[in-house]
Amino acid sequence: MRVALFVTCLVDLMRPRIGFAAIRLLEAAGCEVIVPESQTCCGQPAFNSGDRAAAAMLAKKVVAEFEAHEYVVAPSGSCADQIRNEYPGLLADDPDWHDRAVALASRVFELTDFLVNVARIDKLPSDFTGTLTYHDSCTGLRSLGIKSQPRQLLDRLPGVTVREMSGAEECCGFGGTFSVKFGEISAAIAERKCDNIRSVGADAVVGGDLGCLLNIEGKLRRMGDETPVLHIAEVLAGSR
Amino acid sequence: MEIKSMHFKARAAAQLANAGLQANLKKVKGKFVDKRRDAIADFCAQGGDFEALREAGEDLRDRVLADLDLWLEKFEANATARGATVLWAKDGAEACRLIVDIAKQHDVKKATKSKSMLSEEAGLNQALEAAGIQPVETDLGEYILQINDNEAPSHIIAPVVHKSKEEIADLFARVHKKPRLTDIGEMTREAREVLRSHFLSADMGISGGNFLVAETGSVALVTNEGNGRMVTTVPKVHVVITGIEKVIPTLEDLSLMLRLLIRSATGQPISNYVSLLTGTKGEGDFDGPEHLYYVLVDNGRSNLLAGEFNAMLRCIRCGACMNHCPVYQAVGGHAYGWVYPGPMGSVLTPLFTGMKNALDLPHAATLCNQCGVVCPVKIPLPELLRKLREKQVEKNLRPLGERLALKAWAWVAARPALYHLGTRFAVRYLKWLAGGKQSIPVLGVAPEWTVGRDFPAPQGKTFRELYAQAKKS
Repeated sequence: MRVALFVTCLVDLMRPRIGFAAIRLLEAAGCEVIVPESQTCCGQPAFNSGDRAAAAMLAKKVVAEFEAHEYVVAPSGSCADQIRNEYPGLLADDPDWHDRAVALASRVFELTDFLVNVARIDKLPSDFTGTLTYHDSCTGLRSLGIKSQPRQLLDRLPGVTVREMSGAEECCGFGGTFSVKFGEISAAIAERKCDNIRSVGADAVVGGDLGCLLNIEGKLRRMGDETPVLHIAEVLAGSR
Repeated sequence: MEIKSMHFKARAAAQLANAGLQANLKKVKGKFVDKRRDAIADFCAQGGDFEALREAGEDLRDRVLADLDLWLEKFEANATARGATVLWAKDGAEACRLIVDIAKQHDVKKATKSKSMLSEEAGLNQALEAAGIQPVETDLGEYILQINDNEAPSHIIAPVVHKSKEEIADLFARVHKKPRLTDIGEMTREAREVLRSHFLSADMGISGGNFLVAETGSVALVTNEGNGRMVTTVPKVHVVITGIEKVIPTLEDLSLMLRLLIRSATGQPISNYVSLLTGTKGEGDFDGPEHLYYVLVDNGRSNLLAGEFNAMLRCIRCGACMNHCPVYQAVGGHAYGWVYPGPMGSVLTPLFTGMKNALDLPHAATLCNQCGVVCPVKIPLPELLRKLREKQVEKNLRPLGERLALKAWAWVAARPALYHLGTRFAVRYLKWLAGGKQSIPVLGVAPEWTVGRDFPAPQGKTFRELYAQAKKS
């Protein structure tokens, strides 16, 4: 299986190790991984800010960069959903681009979904041990149905126990540009999420979308809590 | 109602700083979210399919809205045949004029009211008072707000959800001039004693309407307190004020909508009272109004019928979207600054009062879609909020700084070489800001982020750089 990795702009900027972990996992699943060099961002910040023209421009760029590949995998439910479920509508006015977006859409997957349901990964390279609690990111959960996939994978790690927090499916308050337009409200929502995380008392909190994880990490640190905040790919790929 | 939605951000900040309110808002989850979840689980355990019900509700509402004029005419014909008078109001002001005229015609001095959000839209209480008619709110929550200097409701079905029992105890002691009670049952009894004399002395009752049934010309009321029955059956005149979108074709359809509405709203399988009121008091009837009026209000609704926001007209005012909204849960209903709070309010307020009056509201959402998945008629609320954001961009209503920043970012993101240069610079700057620590406590380029949380430090180099290095070695 040939897989093109959509790194995501946040992983590129903030946490490259998540990108490398994703590559290790895809390779462990027997995939050949390609990283298209010219990729930047899926355009979601523009799309959700109401700038349709800018979002469409970046959508075309992503479609052109990735359409030649058998599969596209992103370590983010939010970015995968943008390409898979929003591009066709965003490019609806342009029949040629619309068809190309539709042709790409069904081959785009969130990482854990791809590992479980498409690549059917057998052995996970992880040596991770400890108790974890999993935050379900909104878009992955409600638009792509990412719920059991990360848990199935975590359950396969012999040294890992997942302890569910209260309100795991509730929003962490990130919301993309919302977090910098309404910082106070965003942080207040994050506080509730972090209270739930802290009540579980797990060794680490894990999620599948870096935006949420940065929000949660930032709030935990402000609360004086040093609980590690990890991307699911980091946990599944182990330390190396 | 006065529009204050343009001050959302400042109002939200005040609500976040209000410790008492924050404690009260925590009730929302247990009171509504958990109860709804349990009610739907029970429904499904008994063999029901709530998702199928939601789809049927969506289809029904869309079918009505596609021929709204015809269903309204049918309703009018059947209601008129049963002795009611159907009046049409293009906006809140006209609705107020019509109702004041009705009151004057019947020499009304006092009107009891059951809950109606349209009455809030229209500012009906103020109009009645100005005409020398005393409006008395009889829904317990609305009564509490009225005696608290006409405070605005903060929720569409639980208007005083922002208040604690203690605040209400103080208010009752002060206004009723009686010893302060703390038992909810006793407090309710005290309010009921006050209201009882109003029920018996009012010349007119004003109610809202949850649904208008076209085939019978009836109005359906869903309530829990019984006040709705007193308001609609005791006085000689009954006025129903509701929106033109509330019509449904048949009683069969009503049963579908009741199953959806009540579980979504309060998590009950059925409310304490469901009243179906048809026509005026007939010969041999013991109760019922001698005169029945329907004031059916447009107030911006028909403008939405043919456009891209028409799904919003499906709304049956259950409140589930706000109950499940992380933003509503954090700031409460008053922050939104007009009649309707939460996600449905953030869509309706700009559409009903004008985009410019509510520039923040469509953006004051994380687009988490907790609202969309609980909506009983499947309104795609996040999509509508996003469309409103697009309208703001189209009409050049966003701040210049934001517009330029977005344009510049998109322009750079479309040029990989430049983008990579920019990101290399950005991570080094952030790393330098962190100064060897894992967190940045104050971030100048995005100050809102660090108001209430740290900004995590970046790893150090971009993925692209590290990947290129790894490939070389």
